[in-house]
Formats: sequence, structure tokens, C-alpha cells
Amino acid sequence: MTNLPEPSAIKLGLVIDLDICVGCQACVVNCKEWNTSGYGAPLSDENAYGANPNGAWLNRVHAFQAGTGENARTVHFPKSCLHCEDAPCVTACPTGASFKREEDGIVLVNEDWCIGCGLCAWSCPYGAREMDPAEGVMKKCTLCVDRIYNENIPEEDRVPACVRTCPTNARHFGDLGDPDSDVSLLVAARGGIDLLPEQQTKPVNKYLPPRPRRQVEQAPDSLLAIAEAATPKGFWKWMDKTLDKLG
Amino acid sequence: MHPAWSIIFFTSVSGLGLGLAGWIVLGILDLSRFVHLLFVSGFTFGLIGAGLLSSTLHLGHPERAWRALSQWRSSWLSREGVLAVLVLAALSGWFLSTFLGNVPPLWAKVVLIALITATVYATSMIYASLRTVACWHHPLTPVCYIMFSVSGGSLAFVWLSAVVNQQASDWFAYVAGGLIFAAWVLKFFWWRRLDTKKLGSTLASATGLGALGEVKTLMPPHTSENYLQKEMGFVVARRHAVKLRAISVLLGCILPLLGLYMAIESLVLLSVVLIAHLAGIFVERWLFFAEAKHVVSTYYTGVTDGTTLSRTTTTSCPSTF
Repeated sequence: MTNLPEPSAIKLGLVIDLDICVGCQACVVNCKEWNTSGYGAPLSDENAYGANPNGAWLNRVHAFQAGTGENARTVHFPKSCLHCEDAPCVTACPTGASFKREEDGIVLVNEDWCIGCGLCAWSCPYGAREMDPAEGVMKKCTLCVDRIYNENIPEEDRVPACVRTCPTNARHFGDLGDPDSDVSLLVAARGGIDLLPEQQTKPVNKYLPPRPRRQVEQAPDSLLAIAEAATPKGFWKWMDKTLDKLG
Repeated sequence: MHPAWSIIFFTSVSGLGLGLAGWIVLGILDLSRFVHLLFVSGFTFGLIGAGLLSSTLHLGHPERAWRALSQWRSSWLSREGVLAVLVLAALSGWFLSTFLGNVPPLWAKVVLIALITATVYATSMIYASLRTVACWHHPLTPVCYIMFSVSGGSLAFVWLSAVVNQQASDWFAYVAGGLIFAAWVLKFFWWRRLDTKKLGSTLASATGLGALGEVKTLMPPHTSENYLQKEMGFVVARRHAVKLRAISVLLGCILPLLGLYMAIESLVLLSVVLIAHLAGIFVERWLFFAEAKHVVSTYYTGVTDGTTLSRTTTTSCPSTF
């Protein structure tokens, strides 16, 4: 059923801290590693060491430069499914393969029903869906639905693979439907934002903007310029003078 | 957006076939001779069917295509599928009843024409419903699709009338010409909106980083082109857009108009004109996809390494055209 369910009380999702992501790509790799052997068909990885590698990934980390000159900063920008409340990928699906769970709001694809038309990927503004080149079905972030409820793995592992692996704690997982949850409090404290709100998708995942930094008013001189401007002393002063006389 | 030939063929040819079916259903043509009925129905079903088949084969899993009939409550693609099946069934009934010598009642004509219009509308809404492609997301998109279907169908009807030795009357040729002209005028407004309106989002708004100053891409998230760039990063048409638009107007509008007013008697010339029109619609449809910018390409703004990723930003002639 591709009509969207009534908004669930529990809205599981991610909070991504753009202030501290270092762009190490560990979440990307662990996502691929977990999901290639988990939910659905394996994530294809064609010609991985060739000139034109090709495959499906559920999580990609962009890197942007924000600001100019001395105040420019690098912002690493992880992007995966935002599990939108008004998910256009769900309503666009002609087969019912793309659906949003009533109980926790996770958006999933039933790969046995997917016809590979690609319309859900067209309707997603975030580029969260990629067609698997080998399987011909749509792949997307499952929020590691096969980890978060999995009682066969230690409790600390019952979070999405990307969250578990992040070495800087830039990714947080929790219930964004509960205003008192850790993730909701974090979003409130840091002024978390929706991506592309003009697309009216009501994403569940939030992004924490980079914290403000001290702005540099004037560019400092380079070390070489400082060294060249300094007047030598003692022996070096004598040598400087003598060499000047020679030439 | 990537201009896939299967989809261009589907929207153009099925659209033409559905438009033609609409004119046939009006009942102007005398189909009492079996040969005529066979040819007319075969040609119409051939156009609609070839288009639908092309779109089905475009799928990752064509064998599961029947599943696409299930979600008509929310999905325009599903509605299109359901309506296409209904139209094919109703048209079969119409041709069968004509074959049996019955004159279909007025209500049957009204229902069939409504079904045909709804099918073309559903096809256009697959695209027009996407908020992610700003230039498609406008009421003019379905208007253009329906007008191209109606006008192209009328031209095909003129040709078909000549084939079955019942030259269309002058007034019908004028109606067809008028409709073709009107369709392209509407398309002109569609193009003007694309050219003059600043549509879509910026990298600053898409990343929410605008407050920090100018935002640009530092590194792409991957070293080779991914599905998103292949499917949605196709913006190469811009440099040739003016030329291609001129070609589509020449083939799709000017030649058919000249042909309709000057050569209505000659089947050979009418055939040339019909083929020219269809070619013009192909170019128009190619541009419809190739010129469309998907919002996700915003995240790939300025991604260039000169080799594999160049297709998203270079303005050179696309390899597929």
C-alpha cells in the first residue's frame, strides 16, 4: 500500500552533526558492508578496481566548502534516506513495493515487488535511492532495520551501522517523534534543520549546522614573510652586512 | 534528467496513438469495409501498444509489470497503467461493435474520449507531479501533453483517412492545423517559463550552509559517476537547446502546417508530413527530459574532474544525440 500511513508516534531517524564529521567515509563503508549481506539483495560492486567502478550505495558523504578566504571551512556532508514523513517516493511507487512503516516510520522497499521503474528515485529530492545495477531493483537506507531490533546481537550494536562505526560521534540515532529523547533534545539545543524544506517532504532526519567560529578579520602574514621582515642580530647581522657589501 | 529513448518513444508514440483513437471514436470515418476496419484498428493499437511495450521493457523487472496496476490510489504511474488497460479494452469493444455493424451510442463515445484524455493526462502527471523537477511541476505540462496528443492524433487521422480512400475534408485539415499550431504555442509558453523563471534550489539552501557564506563543492562523494548522476545529472542539452527547439518546431509544426494546407490530396506527402511531425515530437520530448534539472543535481554543483564526472557540468554535445 503506497498511501502514506497516519504519522506514527515513533519516528526513528538520524541526527547528523555537520560540525564534527571529519569525512572519513567509515560510515559509508560500514553501511555497504552491513547492507550487502543484510536486508534484500546484495549491494552490487561492479568493476570495483577498474576504470569505471559501478555499484549501489545507501550513504554518500559529500564535502563542501562554505565561506570564502580565511573564513572558508570544509563541511563534510553525509547524505542518506531522511525517512520523510511525507515521503514522495512512497506515494509515487506504482506497485506498493515502496512503503513507510506504521510502527516507526522507517521507509523501506520490498524488493520482491519492485519493478525497477525508478520513479521513486526521481521523486526523492535528496538522492537517497539508487537502482542496483545488477539486481534492477531500488536500494535505499533501511535504518538498519535488521540491527536495531535484533536481539541476537549485543545491545550496543542495536543502532544503524553508520552510527555504530562513526569514530567522531557525528551520527546519532533515536526517536525524533519523542520530544524528550536524546536526539530531539540535541536537535533543539543545536538548532537542527531540515534539508530542502521547500520540497515539503517533512524529513525525520535532522542536520546540526556547524557551530559558529571566530571570524578572521584580516589575513595573518605568512611565516616566510614574517621571517623575511625580521632584522638579524649578532653574527647573522655581521654576515648580512658583509654579504651586502660584497654585492 | 536522462533522456531515455524508451520513455521518449513511449510518450510520443502512445500519445499520438491515443489522440488518433479519440478522433476515430468520433465516428467521422466510414469503417464498414472490413479491410479498412482492420487497418485502422491495427494502426491505432500498434501505436498505443508499441509505446506501452517500450515503457515496460525499460523496467528493471518487466515480468513484474502487472504489479504496477495496484497502486492507483496514490501513484500516477499506476493510474496511467490502469487507464491504458481500460482504454485498450474499451477500444477493442468499440472496434468489435463497429465490426458487428452496430453504431456505438453517444455515451460510449463520451466515455471512450474521457478515458483517452485521462490516460494522456495520467502520463503527463507522472512527470508533472514531481516537485523535484521544477520545470515539469506545472499545470502547463499536462496541457502540452494533451494538446500534442490531440493535435498529433488529428494529423494522423488526416493521413489515415487518405489511406482508406476517404480524404479528410478541408475543414478537418484546418481544424488539425489549428490544433497543431495551438499545441506549439502552448509549448512556447512552457519553454518561456523554463527560460525566464529561476526554478529550483541552490547549494546554499540544499545544504543549509548558506549562513556561512558562499557554498561550493570541495570533493565529490565518489570517484566515478553514480546512478543519480546518470539518471538525473543530465544537463548537457542547454548549449544546443535553441537549435533543437527550432528543429522540433520546424519538423513538428511548420512542415505539418504547410503539408496540411497544400498537399492534403497526396498520400505520399501526407506520410512525409506525419513522419516529420513525429520526429519533431521526438526532439521536443528529448528536450523535455534533457533540459529538465532535478533538485538532487544541486548537491553535485560544480562536480568536475574532467573525466568521468564531466557530464554533469560540461556543455559539449551529449553522446546520446
